[in-house]
Amino acid sequence: MSIDRTGTPLVEMEDICISFGGVHAVDHVSVNLWPGEVVGLLGHNGAGKSTLIKILSGAYRADSGTIRINGSVAHIHNPRDARACNIETIYQTLALADNLNASANLFLGRELVTATGLVDDARMEAETARIMARLNPNFRKFSEPVSALSGGQRQSVAIARAVYFNARILIMDEPTAALGPHETQMVAELIQELKRQGIGIFLISHDIHDVMQLCDRASVMKNGQLVGTVDVAKVSDDDLLGMIILGKHPGDHAAA
Amino acid sequence: MAETTGAGAAPKQGFLKSLEVDTRLLGMIGAFIAVCLVFNLMTDGRFLTARNVFNLTIQTVSVAIMATGMVFVIVTRHIDLSVGSLLATCSAVMAMMQARWLPGIAGLEIGHPLIPWLSILAGLVVGGAIGAFNGWLIGYLTIPAFIVTLGGLLVWRNVAWYMTSGQTIGPLDPTFVAFGGINGTLGPTASWIVGLAAVAVALWALLSARRAKAGHGQPVKPVWAEAVLAALIAAAILGFVAILNAYDIPAARLRRIFEARGEVMPEGYTQGYGIPYSVLLLLAIAVVMTVVAQRTRLGRYIFATGGNPDAAELSGINTRLLTVKIFAIMGVLCALAGMVASARLANHSNDIGTLDELRVIAAAVIGGTALSGGIGTIYGAILGALIMQSLQSGMAMVGVDAPFQNIVVGAVLVLAVLIDILYRKRMGAR
Repeated sequence: MSIDRTGTPLVEMEDICISFGGVHAVDHVSVNLWPGEVVGLLGHNGAGKSTLIKILSGAYRADSGTIRINGSVAHIHNPRDARACNIETIYQTLALADNLNASANLFLGRELVTATGLVDDARMEAETARIMARLNPNFRKFSEPVSALSGGQRQSVAIARAVYFNARILIMDEPTAALGPHETQMVAELIQELKRQGIGIFLISHDIHDVMQLCDRASVMKNGQLVGTVDVAKVSDDDLLGMIILGKHPGDHAAA
Repeated sequence: MAETTGAGAAPKQGFLKSLEVDTRLLGMIGAFIAVCLVFNLMTDGRFLTARNVFNLTIQTVSVAIMATGMVFVIVTRHIDLSVGSLLATCSAVMAMMQARWLPGIAGLEIGHPLIPWLSILAGLVVGGAIGAFNGWLIGYLTIPAFIVTLGGLLVWRNVAWYMTSGQTIGPLDPTFVAFGGINGTLGPTASWIVGLAAVAVALWALLSARRAKAGHGQPVKPVWAEAVLAALIAAAILGFVAILNAYDIPAARLRRIFEARGEVMPEGYTQGYGIPYSVLLLLAIAVVMTVVAQRTRLGRYIFATGGNPDAAELSGINTRLLTVKIFAIMGVLCALAGMVASARLANHSNDIGTLDELRVIAAAVIGGTALSGGIGTIYGAILGALIMQSLQSGMAMVGVDAPFQNIVVGAVLVLAVLIDILYRKRMGAR
């Protein structure tokens, strides 16, 4: 499946800088994302990939640079602003309340209520069933607390939360870090489904195999700077490793 | 909860599973019935007389009212050690209002119809304010609840002492005393009406829950299971009313009531007590707190915060303000419990509510509230209070020495929590 990159990008982060006490955590980095695309962000711990993405999700404010969403400049100062731009973040820790069921978690903080102001569980459960049928048709455990779910099922609840509230841009922080092979496969299928729906995804990962399998492009960072952005189909595992470890762009390699 | 697939489609399901009744609730009811039967046997049938059931009920109310609030506190991973002292302060305020301040300072005559209501209002405001203050210290200043309320245990007990100079304040206003239990009951006819109304409401609630589920195409339990459940609920409510009605007002007292009205009591006339107002109050609180827990955003946020405070915060829930609200609710409930407790004794004494914090916490915990947070039910806490009170008064009736009574109650608390832990492990570490 090839991505149509002729139109307006969903997200353009241009020339983003942020420093903490003299350390350039993100140093003139530009990345972009088109609808239906998955862009992997790779790099060692401290390479600046999480910091970069936290600027997009509203957790940090960039010192300089511009963010454009659908071509128009966006000012994202806090997580609420990000939400207003239809940006949703799925945290590594999943941020689910273990004692509540899937629908209570999906609607947490944004409950549907009846005319009398009471929470409308029946409607929320029906809505949950509807969205899960789209995302993960095998999902059955609607009334159990999410602690009874597998890691992959929990991940699909977290993703459903983002999708239900019309996320156009999804930030996933290590979505498969805690999952077994079967569940990783499940999340991979989910990502494919989201792509088909035209959602753009930034995927932060340590795992090259994940990136090779799930992403269309990969942006590699090292020491706060962007090493380069490559088309995943056109590079090998070793090329990516070289970028991460040596900060060497595969193009340089070809020239040498 | 059991997952059912609608009538007819589930032939292999067990009877209890089809009813979709919480097994923990069944266990607690079973334990309660066992306690009652054993004591009944040991007292040659004196334990389950209408008179003792009536007394047991009114003795439980004060602790049970506070236990419903303690559920919210413990569910959010906090604790409140100050409830007994807070009860004493609220009780002192209410007693001083009606015995000293309103007649003395405001100049209302003793017996003025506004006195009890102004006193109760003052108690509720004081309770709510102190609770909110505790919540602010815990939520916004991030002092651990254990410390804030341990301090409160000393502070509020002695504020009450200072306010009353340690004196017993009484007698209290007759209208106020009616909230205590024996001095304020509905009488048999009104009790039956209330009982039937409660049955009607319960049936309507069952029906509307079923409709709401079916309306969204979700599985509902078989009709027969629904009917069995409804029959059990109706039998429990009406049985309870029948017992309370069966306890007759003593003849001498009846005669005085007739004399007060200027009439002569007919020969052989008897009248039952019926439902005490305090029990009605407890039931109303139980219904309101259950609705708050299960059907409001506040309740949803309380349980979410207990399950995962970080997730709640990331979902945009203001967990600090939530803490203030929870402790304010606890404070108001302490005031209501103080009203019932002092009304039952017809005066405010300096030691009122002493050690109630432990009874309240024990009731909530025996009722299945997990100290690790996120789990607990209102009905469980009330049942827990009832079990504790049954043990205590049952042992007193059997003639167990006072030290042994407390030893048994303490051991039961620890044992109950152990059983709960084992049960949770077996159910898959929830």
